[in-house]
Amino acid sequence: MVRRPSPRARAAQWLLLALVVAAVWYLGSQAGSNIARRHTTFGFGFLADNTNFDIPFRLIPWSVGDTYARALLVCVLNTLLVSAMSIVAATLLGLLVGVMRLSANWLIRNIALGFIELVRNTPQLVQIIFWYVAVLQTLPGPRQSIRLPAGALLNIRGIYLPSVEPAAAADVLWPLALILVLAVPFAWRITWRGLPLGAKSLLLGVLALAPFALGADHIDYPALRGFNIAGGIQVVPELLALWAGLTIYASAFIAEIVRAAILSVHKGQREAALSLGLKPRQVLSKIILPQALRVMVPPMTSQYLNIIKSSSLGAAVAYPELFQIFAGTVLQQTAREIEAMFLLMAIFLSINLATSAMMNWYNRRVALVGR
Amino acid sequence: MSRIGFGAAMGCIALAGLLALAGPARAQNDVKSATLDAVKKRGQLICGVDTGIPGYAFQDSKGEWQGLDIALCRALSDAILGSPTKIKFIGTTSKVRFSVLQSGEIDVLIRDSEHTFIRNTQLGLDEPAVNFYTAQTFMVRKSLGVAHTKDLNGATICVLTGTTLETNIADYNRANNIKINTLLFDKPEEAFAAADAGRCDGYTDDGGSVAAARSTMKQPGDWIFLPETIGGLQPLGPFTRQGDEAWTRLVKWVHYAMLEGEVLGITKATVDQVKSSTKDPEARRFLGLEGDFGKLLGVDNDWAYRIMKDVGTYGEVYDATFGTKGGLGLPRGMNSLYSGGGLMATPTWH
Repeated sequence: MVRRPSPRARAAQWLLLALVVAAVWYLGSQAGSNIARRHTTFGFGFLADNTNFDIPFRLIPWSVGDTYARALLVCVLNTLLVSAMSIVAATLLGLLVGVMRLSANWLIRNIALGFIELVRNTPQLVQIIFWYVAVLQTLPGPRQSIRLPAGALLNIRGIYLPSVEPAAAADVLWPLALILVLAVPFAWRITWRGLPLGAKSLLLGVLALAPFALGADHIDYPALRGFNIAGGIQVVPELLALWAGLTIYASAFIAEIVRAAILSVHKGQREAALSLGLKPRQVLSKIILPQALRVMVPPMTSQYLNIIKSSSLGAAVAYPELFQIFAGTVLQQTAREIEAMFLLMAIFLSINLATSAMMNWYNRRVALVGR
Repeated sequence: MSRIGFGAAMGCIALAGLLALAGPARAQNDVKSATLDAVKKRGQLICGVDTGIPGYAFQDSKGEWQGLDIALCRALSDAILGSPTKIKFIGTTSKVRFSVLQSGEIDVLIRDSEHTFIRNTQLGLDEPAVNFYTAQTFMVRKSLGVAHTKDLNGATICVLTGTTLETNIADYNRANNIKINTLLFDKPEEAFAAADAGRCDGYTDDGGSVAAARSTMKQPGDWIFLPETIGGLQPLGPFTRQGDEAWTRLVKWVHYAMLEGEVLGITKATVDQVKSSTKDPEARRFLGLEGDFGKLLGVDNDWAYRIMKDVGTYGEVYDATFGTKGGLGLPRGMNSLYSGGGLMATPTWH
């Protein structure tokens, strides 16, 4: 039986709604009159205008004179890149530290505890600047680069990796590789002679690289030319510092989530598994973690959302993400303050809503089905 | 009776007419400024300044604000409130500086900011006076062996974001078909550190800031300025909100007062002596012995005397900040008085 709300409760809800609408209307009209008072207008037409500044790091081609809309795309991709890299790395590191935290070995357990307490109790911005100023800026200059295996170079300007320069025909190989990579999750679930393919499906991903290896023209090794290292792929220290800062900070929280989730699995499960003769590693991977995963997913979602939002701290270490460029350069060049902030909020909101929608979908999939 | 009544009525009308005529004439002396009234009522001037850059505005080891921009704030507060210390300094980043002024959070923005067309028109701000002329300069390590700006092709330069500097580099690259890479920082401290560590090949900013940046390097002697500047002349100076002409006027003439003192040969040390003995009518009017200069601006007539006594002339302030006494050793160059071959000049006072 459904209880109907009392008339008084209904009235209170309507009143609340009216108050909220009035508040929004008041704030909107205030913003409107303030815009008028500052002799400015509101509009996004400037996105079609041509820019007159450079974006130092980008994933897609960009040149001075492209439109603000393209600058927005470049910055969104930069934000997504560092967020995605940090989410993957923080999950893996957090899982490792969380499991270490529950280890029977005193040393391992306490190393994990020390790591968590150190990372969790210092400000994230301080950590990011620490990685940038105290670690990456103490590396030698381009002329004294540290040589890494496989022809990679490390110096204060970042890590330079050798790149595979595709032959002219490589353009047609891209879609093929993409299809192979996208097929991995489906292949994962294919059963063959009663057994799922599982991790063997990752071979498809490796196979996707093959056309590039075959179609490679030459490998471009980084080398000193003029002021800087030229050739290869440069991973700038700004990205590395932000990646390290976001990953390590979030991993400490994720480790605690993992620990809590593992402890939430009833100890009878572990004892039963051991008594069946499973090895400790099998107990962890087949019995404990799959059950802990259900508990982990919702709090992990908020950690992921935090990582995405914190990527805006990249402004402190000159990483050109959305906040750095749009709340800095663009805001100044166009004097479109309200619009720039509006865009920032709308984009971060969309990215985060999409992420949590995805995580909620995943949560429903792994949740226990009540019968 | 009626005749007398009529006469009285005529008299009243005539008187009213006279008053009406006298009205506008008197209003010229009656300075109306919302900002000035607010400052007087508050008993404190709120000055938006840089977050910290030697030369313009920085806090010394005792926590006191020092610098060229700070001196102008102090002179303004001295003129209005009779004390150079009744000020609240608010450090503003290059990103937020104009919004903070527009929103009324500060009374005046004196923050090594360039006077531009867009800021005057689109942002709706007034640009009362130029207190520092400069041009965008590059500073690089000597060991790079670069002698000219054009040789910077391929180099990476640390720059502050949200400035005219970025645009100037983009324009210069396009005009000369070269590629100077930039790395964008939010705050000068981080940009200085990155340049010092070698993350960039050099640092660029206006000439004054670059001199300041060099003074913070571990080995200032390892760095050289390139002789060419880009982007043309950069006039830096205070900004005020539009719609308060009297306030803008006051800021403008406080700056000119610091120049006029130098023109008249007054210094902090000699101002008392000049005031007691001078026969020069110009100096007498300037120091408030004759005329009503102060009242016309909405302050008292001793305003310029106090500025000379407490803050000093523009020349003295320059020497104590960018000059030899300030430790930056930046020659006065364009910022010399007109008579000394520079661009600093004041309108006629009488």
